Amino acid sequence: MTTTVTERREPAGAPPGSGSRRLTERVFRVRESGIIAVLLVFVAVTTSIQPSFLNQQNLQFLLINTTVYALLALGETMVVVSRNVDLSIGSILGLSAYVSASMFGHHPGIPIPLVFLIGLGIGLACGMANGVTVAVGRVPSLVVTLATLYIIRGIDILIVGGNEVTAQTLPNSFTNIPRATVAGIPYLAIAIAVVIGIGAYYLRAFRSGRELYAIGSNPEAARLAAIPVGKRIFTAFTVSGAIAGVAGVLWAAQYQTIDSTAGTGYELTVISAVVVGGVAIFGGSGSAVGAAVGALLLSSINSALNVLGFPQLWLEAISGFLLLLAITLDRIISVRLTTALRRRSPGVGT
Amino acid sequence: MRAVTDATIDLYAGEVHALLGENGAGKSTIVKILAGVHQPDSGEPLIDGQPVTLHSPAGARDAGIAVIYQEPTLFPDLTVAENIFMGRQPLLAGRRIDRRRMHADSAALFARLGVKLDPGRISRGLSIADQQIVEIAKALSLDTRVIVMDEPTAALSATEVARLFDVVRTLRSGGAAVLFISHRLEEVFEICQRVTVMRDGRHVLTSELAGLTADDLVRAMVGRQMVERGAGERGTAGELVLRVEHLTREGVFTDISLDVRAGEIVALAGLVGSGRSEVARAVFGIDRYDAGRVVMRGRELRRASPTGAMAAGIGFVPEDRRQQGLVMDMSVQQNVALASLGRLRKAGLVRSAAERAFAADWAVRLNLKYGRLVDPVSRLSGGNQQKVVLAKWLGRQPALLIVDEPTRGIDIATKAEVHRLLVQLARDGVAILMISSELPEVLHIGDRILVMREGRLTAEFGHSDASEEKIMAAATGQLQEAS
Amino acid sequence: MEPDPNTRAAPGPATQSPAAPATGPAGLLATAARGSVRWETGLGLLVVAIIIFGAVSSPQFLTSGNFFNTGVTSGEIAIMALPMTLIIISGEIDLSVASILGMSSALLGVLWSHHWPMLAIFVVVALLGIVAGLINGLLVTRVGLPSLAVTIGTLALYRGVALILLGANTVSNFPATYTNIGVLPLPHTQIPWNIAIFVVLAVIFGIVLHATATGRSLYAMGASPQAALFAGIRVKRVKTMLYVVSGLVCAMCGVLWTFRLATAVQNNGLGLELDVVAIVLLGGVSIFGGKGSLAGVVLAVIAFAGLQNALLLTNFNQEATGIVIGGLLLVSVFAPNAGRLWRLGPPRWARGRGGPASHSDPGSRSGPAAPSGQHSPAVGSGT
Repeated sequence: MTTTVTERREPAGAPPGSGSRRLTERVFRVRESGIIAVLLVFVAVTTSIQPSFLNQQNLQFLLINTTVYALLALGETMVVVSRNVDLSIGSILGLSAYVSASMFGHHPGIPIPLVFLIGLGIGLACGMANGVTVAVGRVPSLVVTLATLYIIRGIDILIVGGNEVTAQTLPNSFTNIPRATVAGIPYLAIAIAVVIGIGAYYLRAFRSGRELYAIGSNPEAARLAAIPVGKRIFTAFTVSGAIAGVAGVLWAAQYQTIDSTAGTGYELTVISAVVVGGVAIFGGSGSAVGAAVGALLLSSINSALNVLGFPQLWLEAISGFLLLLAITLDRIISVRLTTALRRRSPGVGT
Repeated sequence: MRAVTDATIDLYAGEVHALLGENGAGKSTIVKILAGVHQPDSGEPLIDGQPVTLHSPAGARDAGIAVIYQEPTLFPDLTVAENIFMGRQPLLAGRRIDRRRMHADSAALFARLGVKLDPGRISRGLSIADQQIVEIAKALSLDTRVIVMDEPTAALSATEVARLFDVVRTLRSGGAAVLFISHRLEEVFEICQRVTVMRDGRHVLTSELAGLTADDLVRAMVGRQMVERGAGERGTAGELVLRVEHLTREGVFTDISLDVRAGEIVALAGLVGSGRSEVARAVFGIDRYDAGRVVMRGRELRRASPTGAMAAGIGFVPEDRRQQGLVMDMSVQQNVALASLGRLRKAGLVRSAAERAFAADWAVRLNLKYGRLVDPVSRLSGGNQQKVVLAKWLGRQPALLIVDEPTRGIDIATKAEVHRLLVQLARDGVAILMISSELPEVLHIGDRILVMREGRLTAEFGHSDASEEKIMAAATGQLQEAS
Repeated sequence: MEPDPNTRAAPGPATQSPAAPATGPAGLLATAARGSVRWETGLGLLVVAIIIFGAVSSPQFLTSGNFFNTGVTSGEIAIMALPMTLIIISGEIDLSVASILGMSSALLGVLWSHHWPMLAIFVVVALLGIVAGLINGLLVTRVGLPSLAVTIGTLALYRGVALILLGANTVSNFPATYTNIGVLPLPHTQIPWNIAIFVVLAVIFGIVLHATATGRSLYAMGASPQAALFAGIRVKRVKTMLYVVSGLVCAMCGVLWTFRLATAVQNNGLGLELDVVAIVLLGGVSIFGGKGSLAGVVLAVIAFAGLQNALLLTNFNQEATGIVIGGLLLVSVFAPNAGRLWRLGPPRWARGRGGPASHSDPGSRSGPAAPSGQHSPAVGSGT
């Protein structure tokens, strides 16, 4: 993920300042494609050592594992880009997973889409609670979502009691969702990729999406520019919650045994993935695609460790190290970029 | 207490109208009302004879009013074009943003203004002057009728000011009404046609500028004749306190050598951006330098060590009062004591009674106007805030006091107090290095005047042979002789 | 001609002090006196309410045996909250605390299973804590990274190291002299060892925070890092020291935890970091930095421990105490300070050095070097 920032002499007659634009575009495209490049390199290297890394079964497994994280990364990206953070997604996922999956036990024959709707509804409600508190109360999202992390997990524990949902209670049509494939690729992975694509496109090409970036880039200016800050932040948290709700249902279909610990700790992993994927922790820049690739990268490392015979327990340390590496490189690049840009902006007449 | 009472200003299309007044006269309240940030208790703005209520920044924008602040508020991570059109981006089918058109529209705006800026570049790293141009382009894109400029030139270099004024003239010819707020009278005379002066929340004068003199304006602002006092006789300079030898920082300043003696005020003049603040910060240890040395009273200072500089007896009043000079959330008393905590200790512990007494003592000496010592310093006026910063450093009894733009953004009466204070300090034996962009100030109290241009010292003048023309010539490179 | 209105502008002996109104709590609290005194009073009332609730709902609540048990189980969290308080006040955050605890526990287990002498183990574990804190501190101060992101990374890294060190093993054959920490109180009292440690540390940290120059400087750094720098405060050095202290304290907690449970296992302390942050915030410390008191955090510790214990005794599902904690957290930010806090913007540790901390790029104030050859006059005045 290294990149060199080179100075360019502008040829006479070049459009003013276009050198700086090309420079920034190049650097930012590098950041987004950098993470993709790292992923590809990593996959290539691992496959060359152990070709079975890319075999059908392994790939399916990898893709499925990633879907939940990638989905969560999409929601978290929307929130982080606006200079907020959603720590409650793990708890929302857990609550949704249990409640929706236990529906099968309480109401046998319940149609699966309804179960998804229930999960979505739970996530939506939690997300709206977060959104209202942060947007209307104007209180720091870290504290609010930390509080809701506790509260929602507490509700989950109360509802779960000492029980758990086990695989027997779940119908095959449900548990097969993560496994159904077309041409060897799981349907689910394709669906999630499409959703992420839509999400990323929304953030890039629609006014309200761009306003999220504006809010993250300079909240004061956003207010002065008459951007409906409260409304946008509310939407971001609502979507993040809803996504976590849906992710919970998928999680249940995937892992099939759900107790009150489902989803614990996911929030920090997702934030890691998002930051590794190029989203600035203080908002204003980054893309959902990058974040999803970050999640994919972390999953790939997990899978690679498995395939290459390394003990699984190296994963945590590696992912922590990767995050530190990513933000350090980002910082170095950003410092060089700002200095280079300032030298190109003499302010007058050029 | 009312901020503004019965203020009436008429702005005509195609005119630049100056709004003058000391700090606390009510100018910023008017700006905030026009910006939709505050609501007036009675009366309302009329546009084209129709009353408008400005409930919010959005309301002000819709009414055709744009405010350009001294420090523009852009989105650093977004492109210039996005900054201009945020929230109003041109759309394609399906409500998707039309980037190509946004870019083209931005370029057209810049062409209209006669400036060259690339709409596709990220706004991070733009100079303040460029940021203002982007704000103006934004205002233009909104078909603004009234443009309010709040101290727009405070942070601009002379060339940038000239460019800004060209833009303002373009706006004028386009039929906009411009309300121009400034402390700098020479600019007012250059660009404005009419002027309104406010004092104590009321307007006291509205007239055409032609036929008025600076004195007339000052008198209206202050309410009494302000006599520029001479600084008093200059004593002879004492022993050498500061010696800077061949200080160099790549790309910022080169081969700076200067002396400051006890009892003298050395003024460092030059254009904004000539590297003066950087030199001062390097001497104090906030910034680094690549070559050369700084010697205080015979001892060389370690680089990049403010602690070392302070221990050697240097005090530093920085340029940016609010971000660098004061901790705005802390109380007056805490701010005054902040640099002297070591001395207020007893058995390693700091006692707040000692803090309070220390601060109270300095408040009296500097004639500080405040509510209570425990009030947050943000409640004080600009002039009094500057006094707190001075108190903080004077409390350490420095041998060398570096002041960077000591009277920027301060009302005239406090300005005079600060000047008197500096002169008295010099008489008491303190060595003073003053950075200033205000020539009258430089000439008024500087014993020796050094001029920097693009990172180098280009001239040195004694008090008697200095003049505004000579200093400006040296600052802009028209003088052939070196220091 | 009016006389010079200002005969006292020049420095000279002060003639009299202006009337300084007598305010209650001295020093630092005086500024936010109203805000924080209100908060700590509220906390105090809360503690009383919890004690009453506990006493009413269970006859065992006010027994010394119960007090001992409570102290034992919450000791480490309480201790970790102390350096966290200072870190948050200084404008940063440390989410790696529980991982450092886990890592030290794992190291302790590994070394012990290799028959190292216990004293040597203590030294090495302490060094580990110092190094872990140093890494945090250097990444935040020298590289200039936002501490939220850094400590999320080191949270994973250090937990990973714990995993690597100990794997799936557990080590439990510690000698009774050490594991008795979790069983026996201080001689002649009913006070558990880790509460005694907590009290001693709380006093030390409290004195440092509220009565030393360093403590003052923490508040300055949190409220306005630039101004602190310009006042000659060595921000980088102090912050690095804070992280090192935090690392050392957490390493010690790792040892305490291991002995208390008599087991070293890699997931010791998993997930505790958020509890620690919650307690500090409950204590009235502002997440933005620059405000808060140690007394508030101590009260919050008591409230947290008391609550957990009271609910445990009443057979309320103990895990669901999270709901109460979460609720209290929300209250803590909706308290009077909330409105003022928002105007200040997001916390510094989320902004990062290179982030847009204010509207304009402060560096561009001095402007780029004036372009050559195109000068026009008017250095701010004159012609």
